[in-house]
Amino acid sequence: MTTFHDPTKPKHVADRFENKHAAPVGSSAVVATTEEVRVTTPPEICGMGHRMKRKEDPRFIQGKGRYIDDIKLPGMLYMDIVRSPYAHAKILNIDTSAALAMPGVLAVITGKDLAAHGLHWMPTLMSDTQMVLPTEKVVYYAQEVACVIATSRYIAADAVEQVVVDYEPLDVVVDPYKALDDEVIIRDDKELKTNRIWHWEVGDQAATDAVFANAAHVVKQYMHIPRIHVASIETCGMVANYNPATGKMQLYMTTQAPHAIRTVFALVSGLPEHKIQVISPDIGGGFGGKVPVYPGYVVCAVASLLIGKPVKWIEDRSENLQADSFARDYHLEAELAADADGKIVGLRVNGLADHGCADAAANPSKFPAGLFSICTGSYDLQAAHVNFDAVYTNKPPGGVAYRCSFRVTEAVQMIERMADMMAHDLNIDPAEFRMKNFIKQDAFPYKSPTGWEYDSGNYHAALRKAMDMIGYEDLRREQAEKRARGELMGIGISSFTEVVGAGPSRDYDILGIKMFDSAEIRIHPTGKAIARFGTKSQGQGHETTYAQIIAEELGLPANDIEVEEGDTDTAPYGLGTYASRSTPTAGAAAAMAARKIKAKAKKIAAHLLEVNEDDLEWDVNKWQVKGSPEQAKTIQEIAFAAYTNHPQGMEAGLEATDYYDPPNLTFPFGSYICVVDVDSGTGEVKVRRFVAVDDCGNIINPLVVEGQIHGGLTMGLAPALFEEIVYDENGQCLTGTLADYLLPTAVESPKWETGHTITPSPHHPIGAKGVGESPTVGAPPAIANAVVDALWHLGVRHIDIPITPEKVWQALRDAGVTE
Amino acid sequence: MSKHTITLTVNGTEVTKEVEARTLLVHFIRDDLELTGTHIGCDTTSCGACTVMLNGRTVKSCTVFAVQANGAAIETIEGVANGATLHPLQEGFWEKHGLQCGYCTPGMIMSAKHLLAKNPNPTEEEIRWGISGNLCRCTGYNKIVEAIQYAAAKMQAAEEVPA
Ligand code: FES
Ligand code: FES
Repeated sequence: MTTFHDPTKPKHVADRFENKHAAPVGSSAVVATTEEVRVTTPPEICGMGHRMKRKEDPRFIQGKGRYIDDIKLPGMLYMDIVRSPYAHAKILNIDTSAALAMPGVLAVITGKDLAAHGLHWMPTLMSDTQMVLPTEKVVYYAQEVACVIATSRYIAADAVEQVVVDYEPLDVVVDPYKALDDEVIIRDDKELKTNRIWHWEVGDQAATDAVFANAAHVVKQYMHIPRIHVASIETCGMVANYNPATGKMQLYMTTQAPHAIRTVFALVSGLPEHKIQVISPDIGGGFGGKVPVYPGYVVCAVASLLIGKPVKWIEDRSENLQADSFARDYHLEAELAADADGKIVGLRVNGLADHGCADAAANPSKFPAGLFSICTGSYDLQAAHVNFDAVYTNKPPGGVAYRCSFRVTEAVQMIERMADMMAHDLNIDPAEFRMKNFIKQDAFPYKSPTGWEYDSGNYHAALRKAMDMIGYEDLRREQAEKRARGELMGIGISSFTEVVGAGPSRDYDILGIKMFDSAEIRIHPTGKAIARFGTKSQGQGHETTYAQIIAEELGLPANDIEVEEGDTDTAPYGLGTYASRSTPTAGAAAAMAARKIKAKAKKIAAHLLEVNEDDLEWDVNKWQVKGSPEQAKTIQEIAFAAYTNHPQGMEAGLEATDYYDPPNLTFPFGSYICVVDVDSGTGEVKVRRFVAVDDCGNIINPLVVEGQIHGGLTMGLAPALFEEIVYDENGQCLTGTLADYLLPTAVESPKWETGHTITPSPHHPIGAKGVGESPTVGAPPAIANAVVDALWHLGVRHIDIPITPEKVWQALRDAGVTE
Repeated sequence: MSKHTITLTVNGTEVTKEVEARTLLVHFIRDDLELTGTHIGCDTTSCGACTVMLNGRTVKSCTVFAVQANGAAIETIEGVANGATLHPLQEGFWEKHGLQCGYCTPGMIMSAKHLLAKNPNPTEEEIRWGISGNLCRCTGYNKIVEAIQYAAAKMQAAEEVPA
């Protein structure tokens, strides 16, 4: 059992943060909010704030992207996987003879083969263990049982059918509450015979109990944040290319974190790290699903090592949905307390995390429930206590993100539903209720009862703007009129606070590797540049936005800067792209590396202009003499001099690397308002309007930010109304294809209306906060609150997401509205 | 497995190849012709990443056998631009930020091309239905709709210019 601390002695996040975040991470002055996107460079330079068209697009729009399945190496073999038809079963025998007899089949790899090399188990990113291939039993439906290597993908698929596995079915545990009984032990490989994985507490229990004892109002609700799957349109895959002559292993891999994966591969396989090159090519969407290492990757690499030829493995969609790490699956019992004036005072949450057969979350190691403790949200309350248990069940391993920063979505869904419920119970308008309870602008940096130090915010401004954009007061009038006519219309608000940009090395690591990130910039003699990063875009647009950050700092045109990521042989080490951390960490590193270059450029300029460094000032793209700006050297001239005419005694060249260790996380926020119409006959929910006002601090590229928000909103709509991974009582996955697991199309996805406020992060070098996940976090409760708002007068208090027509219809039936 | 010789036109060039009867058109295009712009995203004809034009109408090439395309004219994303000049749809996707990871983009562009051929001036609603066989996980679709509107306007304007 992985116990992170003794549950009898609650360790509070607050303890860990004491005297750490209290250090002044920024100015304590109130950070002002604006709406104007700051632009300081002309369009030909295209620094921050420009709506620059993306530099990466030309290859994609012409079909010239290079994704994993596009990689074809000479002599390449193909791997396919035999999967378990049972969720829990002993393996009695695996007969590979018929498969091996087929022409074109080179090998069938089983758990026993891997055990001979000690590779049949692997660590998860949460320091749990997970089977690569089983030797004793399977613990989830569609688990990898054996891998076939053949000369073509068709032959490999044929051979999978010929592998005969004898199973002895065991009792299956699907319900996490049943798992707590320990009647059936799922992980009997472990010393402690229990399904419990960890227990975790945050906040001050005694103070919270005291607040609840004196509270005038308490609302209480159980909710399930169901299991969902990122389902990026590209599935996962690998091309492993081991060269026996050089001893070098090249791993082309759909990974969001190539450097960390290289280190893990080195530690697990025993191959020296300098002989492993992980290359993450163009990635067709990640959203967290391409952070973990899946068994397929490991066997593919082992196969190439054993056979000495390149081996390709590409998942089918059904394998992807049935066996890759899932997200969410939190069961929450929440209580919110308010005083007689309708002021929220306390929050209490009991949670149960269903991790499937392994804790394969990708959380920072000290945070088993991720950053769930952001759960007090945008509200200023006195005390909070969160109590969590995690269990194993017979489901695929998991706990990864679904476009969200480590469990923030679960926290926000809970607090925003609870806040709405309290407002409705007290008969206060939900907007007014929020305005009354928000943390005030002058309270930032704000220390939360669970130990966070929120960097900056202006929650009132964001909500007010959203209300103005959507015409809130008019909508409430319309709703009253409709209600009088028996029509069901609802208005839902979500005013969320995110926590992203993990993170400061004192508290944040994955498997011990600190969560800094990096940038390396080299300026060539002719004033063009290449910049490399430890992160890896999966569509976020880093090739453009990182170039814009550097353009802002150095005045080099963004189009003259090539951005590269994803090759561990060339890029500096970093922890990768997930949890909206790229801008807060690597984006900061880009600015810091550029500033190092600027400092050296100043010395070169002083030498060229024959003046003292102190006499120079920076202007957009040049160092100029104070008071006589016609005497200046542009960054291009300085770059040329750095290789042709640099001062004696100075190193030649113009380049810098920065490993950025953020002093704090960043706290993006926003207010979303959703209007729904509910069909009382069918229970269908139609999102009529949706306004999203986001504040992600300073904006690098408004076009890219809008794109990130739109995409995140559709990925927030998805679990709110459509998506859920469902298992039957035997642990069979009932949603294993895109025909059963419903991704929104352009028809279901509404026309998003977006706006912004800008409250910079005081501690981030460019004042940015990260935005990719805010909308996925903020949208579901806005939609759920809108549906409940439409039905509240009928006695409906809560509906779990996904809010399907069937659930609404049932609620209406229970309320006596439909037959 | 029986083999068949097929001859078809792909992006204006005639090709003759031997294929297994069961070879999917998408695998033929990607693996045999090495035109990897056409993608695969599912196994239930749900995602549209594999959309190509077959005799002027869109098909999901994961659900067509290569032998069924014998004698047909196929157009893939690689054939959409006119030499170095981008098609208005490609331009629109770039201008309007109609793509993020780019994985759905070739299929989206093919579906949009078919839509505009049938309906040069579609409403937003018609555009949304026109691409409803194509899933995108990144963009939230707003900007794809704008990209198609951009292309429609540009193609209409080009039509109206007297020769
Ligand atoms: S690959 Fe998904 S529809 Fe063809
Ligand atoms: S751009 Fe990534 S799936 Fe559409």
